[in-house]
Amino acid sequence: MSDPETYSAAGEVGQVRLRRTRMQRIWIDLKNAPPTALFGMTVIVIYAFTGIFAPWLAPHGQAEIFSQPYAPWGGEFLLGTDQIGRDIFSRLIYGARNTIGIALATTLISFVIGGGFGLMAAITQNWIDQVLSRFVDVLMAIPSLIFALMLLSIFGSNAWSLIFIIAVLDSTRVFRLTRAVSLNVVVMDYVEAAKLRGEKLGWIMRREILPNILPPLVAEFGLRFSFVFLSIAALSFLGVGIQPPTADWGSMVRENASLIQFAKYDLKGAMTPLVPAAAIALLTIAVNFVVDWFLHKTSGLKDEH
Amino acid sequence: MPAYQRYFGWVAGVLQGDFGYSFSGRAASGVDRSRAVVDLIGPRLNNTLFLASMTALIAVPLSLFLGITTALYRNSVYDRVVNAVTLTTIATPEFFVAYILILFLASLYQVFPSLANIDASMTMGEKIYKSALPSMTLTLVIVAHMMRMTRAAIINLLASPYIEMARLKGVTSTRVILYHALPNAWAPISTVIAFNLAYLVVGVVVVEVVFVYPGVGQLMVDAVRTRDIPVVQACALFFAGTYIMLNLIADIIGIITNPRLLHPR
Repeated sequence: MSDPETYSAAGEVGQVRLRRTRMQRIWIDLKNAPPTALFGMTVIVIYAFTGIFAPWLAPHGQAEIFSQPYAPWGGEFLLGTDQIGRDIFSRLIYGARNTIGIALATTLISFVIGGGFGLMAAITQNWIDQVLSRFVDVLMAIPSLIFALMLLSIFGSNAWSLIFIIAVLDSTRVFRLTRAVSLNVVVMDYVEAAKLRGEKLGWIMRREILPNILPPLVAEFGLRFSFVFLSIAALSFLGVGIQPPTADWGSMVRENASLIQFAKYDLKGAMTPLVPAAAIALLTIAVNFVVDWFLHKTSGLKDEH
Repeated sequence: MPAYQRYFGWVAGVLQGDFGYSFSGRAASGVDRSRAVVDLIGPRLNNTLFLASMTALIAVPLSLFLGITTALYRNSVYDRVVNAVTLTTIATPEFFVAYILILFLASLYQVFPSLANIDASMTMGEKIYKSALPSMTLTLVIVAHMMRMTRAAIINLLASPYIEMARLKGVTSTRVILYHALPNAWAPISTVIAFNLAYLVVGVVVVEVVFVYPGVGQLMVDAVRTRDIPVVQACALFFAGTYIMLNLIADIIGIITNPRLLHPR
């Protein structure tokens, strides 16, 4: 506190405004976040931690086979073993790394493709825009799961073709969004000025437009991630996605699904296929919570009630 | 033959109802036991359409009812509960919903069978009983989407000035909904319904695999796994065709209920 003897009102008004550092601003935002968003962020952090440190956290290897298949819960195997005797708990932990890692890579690629072409189409607005937009229309006319199944049967089911097929199919939505939001920015005077200054396409994309359309893109990234995550899980569940012995939540559900028939005799054992499925559900719900909060915050909308 | 010639050959065959022969069953010994794709898909097509229409019959009225009532009593406890439940169903994978239903309704309490292995010889009642769980799973997933969109469409309409005018005139709220809001809401609602029926056609794939339901979806997944291209092509054509048709119907209904769309500005 200032000394009351030397206090002057003019001095306080004239004081240089204290600038908050980035960390302080993030901290204030976090403190004001609703409980759902905090819950979502906690879940995401836990998943990320599990995924990154999977080899140190898991008690056994993901493809390590033990002599006892379908072991019950508890004892040496916390969640039992699967049909050929692999530890479910370890596979669950490795699954966090594999499933989320692949979904994240796919979403990143789809944003690079979709965002890049979307910006290019919005800036040039010539025949490139026409060709790209019509091409995207064609891709979007067919449901993406069916399209993905068709392409997987052509290119074969392995992790790489899975990543690229889903990324390309998903980039159509990113393209639409990027193009739509950047059309509003492209007409701004400073973009015109940059064009007159002789800046190249890449500069205008990265330095003039991208910073101004970032909030909707970040929110879309969250949503796209959960969609990609769900569709990869669905494809793996169908047996055409991530291939064994790689631990993956979608295929784990399928491999242990028959256990559910014995719920009357061993309820815990019957829950085994539900655990990875619940892990998938929890992450998508968490991401949705965070995206909701982020959209709400950046759009500056107030509650209607 | 070059690829484009084979492609047009295939298209010409499809137009005459000839989808070619499945790769499976082609033995190296020279004995060809492969079956025509039409014979594989034909009976399964009926099953898939049966499941889809059964679900649609339950899901469409239910979601319209939920959507309209939640829009009317928005921000009430009822609205919040329905919203929370639907948000959770949207964010969870279909197979999670399916297995939870199996756990409670087929395994712990054996109300419905968990295997929906229906065939043509069964009676209608038997078929409905057997496909109760798959159709319930699909209903839960579809209703969530459809109800939220209906709710958004109705709320959007209720905010328009002419509704407020009707309220100020003293028209009862039932009359406002049925005679003032609903005629204008048909276009967005029909879009929502068509969109979700299209989604239903796709969601069928996963659900059919879970319940071992003999439909086109399961056939397609099996064909993808064995890379049986002719079968995959025909199934994809069926799914994509249905999807596009439903979207087209939605657009047409939108134009019929709102003739302004006929004249582009």
